Amino acid sequence: MLFSTVVASPPPMHIPDGFLSLGVALIGWLLAAIGVGIALWRSREALGERQVPLMGVLAAFIFAAQMLNFTVAGGTSGHLIGGALAAILLGPWAAVLTMTTVVAVQALLFQDGGLLVMGANITNMAIIAPLVAYGLYRGVRLLAGERRWGVWAGGFAAAWASVVVAAVACAIELGFSGTSPIGIALPAMAGIHVLIGIGEGLITLGALALVAAARPDLLAGERAQAPGGLRWALTGLAVALVLTLLSPLASPHPDGLERVAEDLGFIEAAQDAPYTVIPDYVFPGISNEALATIAAGIAGTLIVFGIAVGLAALYRRRRMAEA
Amino acid sequence: MHIDALDSYRPGESPVHRLDPRVKLVLTALFILVAALMPDRSWIGFGLMGGLILLAELLSRVGLGLVQKRSAVALPFTLAALTVVFSTPGRALLRAYLPGGPWTVTDAGLLRFLSILLRSYLSIQAAVLLTATTPFPDLLWAMRALRVPRTLVAIGGFLYRYLFVLADEAARMMRAREARSAAPGGRGGRNVVWRARVTGAMAGSLFIRSYERSERIYAAMVARGYDGEIRTLAPPTLRPADLVAGAAVGMALLSILFVGGRG
Repeated sequence: MLFSTVVASPPPMHIPDGFLSLGVALIGWLLAAIGVGIALWRSREALGERQVPLMGVLAAFIFAAQMLNFTVAGGTSGHLIGGALAAILLGPWAAVLTMTTVVAVQALLFQDGGLLVMGANITNMAIIAPLVAYGLYRGVRLLAGERRWGVWAGGFAAAWASVVVAAVACAIELGFSGTSPIGIALPAMAGIHVLIGIGEGLITLGALALVAAARPDLLAGERAQAPGGLRWALTGLAVALVLTLLSPLASPHPDGLERVAEDLGFIEAAQDAPYTVIPDYVFPGISNEALATIAAGIAGTLIVFGIAVGLAALYRRRRMAEA
Repeated sequence: MHIDALDSYRPGESPVHRLDPRVKLVLTALFILVAALMPDRSWIGFGLMGGLILLAELLSRVGLGLVQKRSAVALPFTLAALTVVFSTPGRALLRAYLPGGPWTVTDAGLLRFLSILLRSYLSIQAAVLLTATTPFPDLLWAMRALRVPRTLVAIGGFLYRYLFVLADEAARMMRAREARSAAPGGRGGRNVVWRARVTGAMAGSLFIRSYERSERIYAAMVARGYDGEIRTLAPPTLRPADLVAGAAVGMALLSILFVGGRG
């Protein structure tokens, strides 16, 4: 994609004002209010009067941890975003609360993200990302049982997915707003963040490894077979599936660019892209375009999941061979 | 780290600084709302809004340069909207034969792109002006007065209070890493996977320090009588001058919306 090669290193995730239509911004606020409301209530139940100091300081931690950067290549650098790490270490509702505060203060203090669209930014980065991440983490741990690799594979997959789903949600919102046609925004946003997600996964792994070594009690609080694991896995999956179902609907026309090309008689020239893995995010052999997009999304999710589990198994075998 | 290094507030004496933070917050939100409601291509509306925000910036005496510089934050995001130039049906102006193309620039697309850009630029200036003329604690206090959940505002207050402490901690860790090997921008040490894991370990270490700090803070709060209830001072009543200023700017914004929406 031409677009993805042009985009500079800061990931375009904090939507500024002006880029979303009022309707989308209001739906974002509605979802944010529901999510944050539940999070306030559930974390109050769990933490009691410790809620405010713990959440406040840990929100500051996420903020400060985002300053820690490392060289990737050629002058670009990566840093932690933190949604998955917060969800794994603090639990999903506390993570929603800390990430919400981080997103809000970033917008209010540094204009990193708009005010009217803050609801949408909170929904993407502070609600969808931690919930999907936590669901995936618990799901992998359920599959792994009491074995240790569940923490690492689950942590990596959760961190990767948290970045990608937030980007997908952002692209869907831009599509519904008529700011960026979904046919371009989704592959471009997902494409960049599939890579950024790998960095997020590695940093999260490093952080989890250190916590497991230094304060194992903070990690052990969440045992693999703790109650609610399946429910959380299904919740995360449900949120991810809703996004997948929404993506083909995010444009009144299937693809604005293709329509223009058709109008101008250039559709033939636009047919042959140089190379594609899953062409146009549409699965071959399925005729209905919306259905095919959904199938492609599900297939992509499963492939990534498989790779994460496979790598973890490989790592484990190597460790055992060394021992 | 001094608090000024991260804070966006510019101390000053001006009518904009003196305006009640509640009024300022509501007016900023209204300004951004009007920008969002302004239809595409209503250049009169965008122009009037630009005039209004320019007037406020001049009144506040924080410096036009500062506001413009900070407004550039949203610039990278314009790339996300660039695609409407090609995707909006309209009269073709320009055709580029690039991979994935041909990419056709349409007149309607170009105007839509310009409208999105203007809307975003105006909105962000209002937000920059708000934070440049209002201390963050006042902003939190205004949010509380405007019925944002108390707990959420309190967490925001803690974030603001400890952000500088933990940012210091993070800066120290990065300095230590630089002294040992993996300085960003330099050769960086070993491969990228290793560097990411090292950064992760730093984040994990910072997490444990933050967690333990929050436990000490909580103990200190309990020692001073904290019982889980957050008590705030009652907000003072609005001065007549604040009400008049708020009503005047609010009316101006609504008239701009009316004029711009028709034009």
